Amino acid sequence: MALYSDKVMDHFQNPRNVGKIDDADGIGEVGNAKCGDIMRMYIKVEDGIITDCKFNTFGCGSAIATSSMATELIKGKPVEEALKLSNQAVVEALDGLPTHKIHCSVLAEEAVRAAVKDYYDKNGIAYDPEELKINDCEACEMG
Amino acid sequence: MFVYADNAATTSVSKTALDAMMPYLTEMYGNPSSLYGFAQKVTEGVAEARKTVAELINAEPREIYFTSGGSEADNQAIVSAALVGKRKGKMHLISTKFEHHAVLHTLKRLEKDGFEVTLLDVHEDGVVRLEDVEAAIRDDTALVTVMFANNEIGTVQPIAEIGALCRSKGIPFHTDAVQAAGHMPIDVKAMNIDMLSMSGHKFHAPKGVGVLYAKRNMPLFNIIEGGAQERGKRAGTENVAGIVALAAALKESCDNMEANTAKIIPMRDKLFAELSKIPHSKINGSLEHHVPGTVNMCFEGIEGESLLLMLDSYGICASSGSACTSGSLDPSHVLLSIGLPHEVAHGSLRLSIGEYNTMEEIDHIIATVPKVVEYLRNMSPVWDELEKGERPHLI
Repeated sequence: MALYSDKVMDHFQNPRNVGKIDDADGIGEVGNAKCGDIMRMYIKVEDGIITDCKFNTFGCGSAIATSSMATELIKGKPVEEALKLSNQAVVEALDGLPTHKIHCSVLAEEAVRAAVKDYYDKNGIAYDPEELKINDCEACEMG
Repeated sequence: MFVYADNAATTSVSKTALDAMMPYLTEMYGNPSSLYGFAQKVTEGVAEARKTVAELINAEPREIYFTSGGSEADNQAIVSAALVGKRKGKMHLISTKFEHHAVLHTLKRLEKDGFEVTLLDVHEDGVVRLEDVEAAIRDDTALVTVMFANNEIGTVQPIAEIGALCRSKGIPFHTDAVQAAGHMPIDVKAMNIDMLSMSGHKFHAPKGVGVLYAKRNMPLFNIIEGGAQERGKRAGTENVAGIVALAAALKESCDNMEANTAKIIPMRDKLFAELSKIPHSKINGSLEHHVPGTVNMCFEGIEGESLLLMLDSYGICASSGSACTSGSLDPSHVLLSIGLPHEVAHGSLRLSIGEYNTMEEIDHIIATVPKVVEYLRNMSPVWDELEKGERPHLI
């Protein structure tokens, strides 16, 4: 069996929404170069809806694929819904990930939350800080 | 175009090796331990292979033990020397930081059993210093084990010098020559090597067969107990076809070593020269002390596994020392041992070429790697920060 599902390979080889948004309403960056993955997520928000979303990722094949899938899953969705995106949802949408790559999906979830948090901060929108706590390198702690 | 550039991982079985082993997979199926003539012909095949291997490294046939591969040979050599040392109250072992895990993990286990292990620095060029070995030697040193050539960066160690030093101090010296056998001249007598490991599949023999050379007076302890095969030092019915193929492949590699090297070096040098043109790239390990076919480089701002997957889509088989390819969170211990920062080591690429590669294939690699590096850098937030000056370039 191949290391990755066809879906993962498709999103790695033809990543959706790669790039930057110069006038982004929210930017979230998680991970660190020392561990080998960093994701940066840009969102554009209009009337509470994520109208555009782009990403830049430094990392392995699954880091790139999970970033790509996460942007697809939140684009066009209300901000509150994007916040509910779970890493499991990303994994399922990609038809699974090898066990030692699950942390990439966690990173994708965190990148979305970090971007939304940035949007809230910039626009003075109140939120529960506990609920939007970003564990910058959860992947490292997962060991 | 399909390009196999991972010959340090494994090699294809040569026609010579396949032809040599084929009779032992078909009509010559007798057990070498059996008495009748039908099996004795098989016994003779194994004896002939032993003689061939011995001659190629300037050893005696009785000093050659066939194993399942390099890892088993490393385990047996190190454990044997350690146990002999223990009987004499010598509990100190010397090695280097960038050995293969077959050596490092064996040493780690012995450490738990009360041995003290000194792992020598290999400096930025990936070469251990003779004076460091000398300074580490103590009255209770039971073994010095230093690899002949490193599997990831291809640097060659001063084996003959370390051998002479150890011989003069009366300390057993083992070398893991898995990456050197068949690719570089080995003379166990001239180099004062007491024990040496090799693995057939690194020089066009099949997987699952290797050699432990142990000098006549080196006591060996069994890793596998059972029958009296390999003069009682390695039980289990011989992998006859593998053994015969290993000897044939080693002979072919040694006979053609000069011609192979002359073919490989220009291809390797072209890879180094052309891939070095990629900005913020770095060649890993000394080029002065180097096996012919290994190219190891880092490209800043990208991660190795995605690089390999991209290269795979262009038909290129290569490897990397990134954490993602090792299945752990840390990049390769070899790259860290030569002082590379984690973030640089993650972006490593190893291309290992052999005599079966062609210049046309090298050109395909040279045309592809810069393209893929640029593509990955364009989507990398790390590269973005490097380019904006928000993060300092490390290479």
